[in-house]
Amino acid sequence: MIKNNMTIKLGGEAGQGMDTSGAGFARALVRAGLHVFVNQDFMSRIRGGYNFSQLRVSDKPVYAPDDSVALVLAFNQEAIERHTNELAPGGAIIHDESIKVDPALVAEKKIYSFAFPFETKALEIGRAAGMEPKKAKLMLNTATLGVTAAITAFPFEHIADIIMQNFGKKKGSAVAEANLTVARWAFDEASQFAAQYEWKLEPAKKPVNRMILNGNQSIGLGAIAAGCKFISAYPMTPATTIIEFMTAQSKRFNLVTKQTEDELAAILYAIGAAQAGVRAMTATSGGGFSLMVEALGMAGMTETPLVVVDSQRPGPSTGMPTRTGQGDLLFLLHASQDEFPRIVLAPGGVESCYTDTARAFNLAEKYQCPVLILTEGYQAFASRSVGVEEMPFEEFEIDRGKTLTDAELDQLQPGEYKRYAITDDGVSPRAIPGHPNAVYTSTSDEHTEYGRIDDEDPVNRIAQHEKRMRKIETMKKEMRMPEWYGPKNASVTLMGWGATRYALREAVDLLNAGGVKANALHFIDIYPLDVKRLEKELSKAHYLIDVEGNYTAQLAQVVRMYTGRAVDDKVLKYDGRPFTGAEIARRVKAQKSSARRVAKAKSNGNGRDGRSARKTARVAKVVRRKVKA
Amino acid sequence: MLDMKVKAMPDFVLTPKTYEGEREITWCPGCGDFGIINAVKQALAQLKIPPHAAFFVSGIGCGSKLPDYVKANGYLGLHGRSLPIAQGVKLANHNLKVIATIGDGDGYGIGAGHFVHAMRRNSDMTMIVENNKVYALTKGQYSPTSTKGWIASTTPDGALEVEFNPVVMAIAGGATFVARTFSGDPKHMAQVFAKAIEHKGFALVDVLQVCVIYNHVNTTEWYRPRVYKLDDEANYDPRDYNAAMQKAHEWGDRIPIGVLYVDERPTYEEQVKALAQGPLVKQKPGGYAKETWDEFRAAFM
Repeated sequence: MIKNNMTIKLGGEAGQGMDTSGAGFARALVRAGLHVFVNQDFMSRIRGGYNFSQLRVSDKPVYAPDDSVALVLAFNQEAIERHTNELAPGGAIIHDESIKVDPALVAEKKIYSFAFPFETKALEIGRAAGMEPKKAKLMLNTATLGVTAAITAFPFEHIADIIMQNFGKKKGSAVAEANLTVARWAFDEASQFAAQYEWKLEPAKKPVNRMILNGNQSIGLGAIAAGCKFISAYPMTPATTIIEFMTAQSKRFNLVTKQTEDELAAILYAIGAAQAGVRAMTATSGGGFSLMVEALGMAGMTETPLVVVDSQRPGPSTGMPTRTGQGDLLFLLHASQDEFPRIVLAPGGVESCYTDTARAFNLAEKYQCPVLILTEGYQAFASRSVGVEEMPFEEFEIDRGKTLTDAELDQLQPGEYKRYAITDDGVSPRAIPGHPNAVYTSTSDEHTEYGRIDDEDPVNRIAQHEKRMRKIETMKKEMRMPEWYGPKNASVTLMGWGATRYALREAVDLLNAGGVKANALHFIDIYPLDVKRLEKELSKAHYLIDVEGNYTAQLAQVVRMYTGRAVDDKVLKYDGRPFTGAEIARRVKAQKSSARRVAKAKSNGNGRDGRSARKTARVAKVVRRKVKA
Repeated sequence: MLDMKVKAMPDFVLTPKTYEGEREITWCPGCGDFGIINAVKQALAQLKIPPHAAFFVSGIGCGSKLPDYVKANGYLGLHGRSLPIAQGVKLANHNLKVIATIGDGDGYGIGAGHFVHAMRRNSDMTMIVENNKVYALTKGQYSPTSTKGWIASTTPDGALEVEFNPVVMAIAGGATFVARTFSGDPKHMAQVFAKAIEHKGFALVDVLQVCVIYNHVNTTEWYRPRVYKLDDEANYDPRDYNAAMQKAHEWGDRIPIGVLYVDERPTYEEQVKALAQGPLVKQKPGGYAKETWDEFRAAFM
């Protein structure tokens, strides 16, 4: 028996409701005290096509999808074709009897195929409840959940709870009752198979309250907790759900959210709001970000605090709208003409989307510059059960940097305020427009300390440009180093950034379990880089394998450009799909040069290779001798 | 937090001099912009809007330098992009009087997309377009309002497009205040600007402005005998859409100036629920009560 550790795939056409039932089941599991991770895979269409939702459940926290599937809920024939091969031995396919499964394949793979007259029964129960056939058919979802609960021995009342909550309030009791009847029927019908099926789901003894949140919701939450009151955006997958989430929450938190005529207006509105003193943001994907670039430079020039989210999808141009990738890193680092300070953060995981977005707003005001958040399609839609303690909303401390208070402004003499005063750290005290003692202009032209146009004088240009660029040195000090995961002195180090964080960790665990001493170095703070500190971290890596969702190994390029350190191998992916830990581990072992390294590491009894280990020991001996002397 | 009232300066009398910038003005001698900037200052003084309660936004071009030459808050942005910035400022602090001062290329050419949508929204702001029918700062190319056949460096055989009619567009597009004035009539300009700034909603003022360097056709001498004041028309009612449209199309021998069209509609900001408690900038960022967060958490469990 495998208890509380399985992956379920729900697959079918867009419009069949798998995402809703997947979310419902995930909620039931979380309420039962289990941990879930749900990721979506869908096409850029509203009806038809093929979509799936993948639900991983465990009694320990789960942060990434798993390749090995225990259960497939097939809503159409295609689901069978796509996922049968992913099933682990002993796994099962649950499907309507109208969908055909090849018995030979079932036998060969040692899996089960559990067929039920779902549609017939749903129509029958629906008719009795006075539902239209089209609506009644959707109860297929509920039926599959009933079966899932039955074969995994998950208590029916948890399913019943969620059904009542999903349908009771919105659609009235008749629909809720019909769904409940369908679920009950399916549960009873499937109980006969429970004995054969190995995976079981058992509610925790003491359920803990946890939320289910995806990456985009968490970005919105980070913004709200940090006091962002304004978001302007133009719909673009996979960023749209950020403004949608904030709009849905706007009454609770008193926010202004604005869908604009295009992405140019989206960033300009946010700049206007920020200039007027409100914490403001915009969110888009690469194509929309391309349109925003001119204004991004303007915010750099006028030193307007601003947060911009780029939720990456494969490109260039329209690319693959609903898919994922990490192709925008170099673009974001360099977008706009000439130079200005900016900060680039790439959150990894749901909790990091929250924490690092919240932090972005403080950084934007402390350094009066644009802060760019790099996320991606996979992370935008993947949700996870999150402990209340992981997102302490009430505790976030807002730091407005050198923003002048009213009391401070009252002390000023009219006319003396210099918005762009030359300072040692490059940051000039900022007045929010509206105070009689601090009337000023900001301009996209080069300007004087007062903010007046001076697009001629070389002396002023040098002073202002250096003032702005000095901020980079100041911010470097508080930028965080990449994070290590796994044992020290590993023979291979996986290097990555952003949303691959937990796939890297799983790869590290798998490699170590397989006898390869591996660790991971993961970047959230990407720019500016504190080169000295980074070099020190990189020196701890003996064999560096870059893992990224792009063709040209963009992070590896950045690391090499700033530190001179080249990576030893690369695991790259640009098929629009997220990495899994198993995939990374497999590729590390399979790629020629890395495979050699892995073999060598094993023969040397793991850890560092023999020669460098001997050298370290020799150095240590010398040091000890010197210390004694 | 921010007091927009004049009481901060009790003994202060507002005159056009109050808004005097400390900058050397770089416009060409004889430029229509001199008259426009003076009229803007006069309107502000007349309406008793102190410099700290005004917020100018502009783009790029000769006319867009205006905020740099007045004493008031301002943001001199990018070519064509003043309106979204202005609307963002207004949403963040609707106590500020937001005024965009831009040229015809900026407002009707590169920024035309934003122009159309700003009118639909009826954001409470004023858009003053210094329309000299030519690209002056880039040295004389044709603009969206140049006459068909306009000869310039990029149109040696004459511009092929018909000219853009901003006032027709504005009336059709949902602006709730549409006016035209003339840079050769300072008094008229100041009056129209004051009415536009006072208007609740989106106000467009198209200023027929002379460019002494690049536009040798639409000169003061050309305009003077042609313009006539709508104020002098006894029966003209700017609330009459059809009459306004008719006047907006009038061009050539007779060019109407004054308030062409007025409509009443709730402003965008009035309709935004989050602003009912006062300007966004005055609302404390973050710091929501535990109960608010508890409600949120419960909804996601």
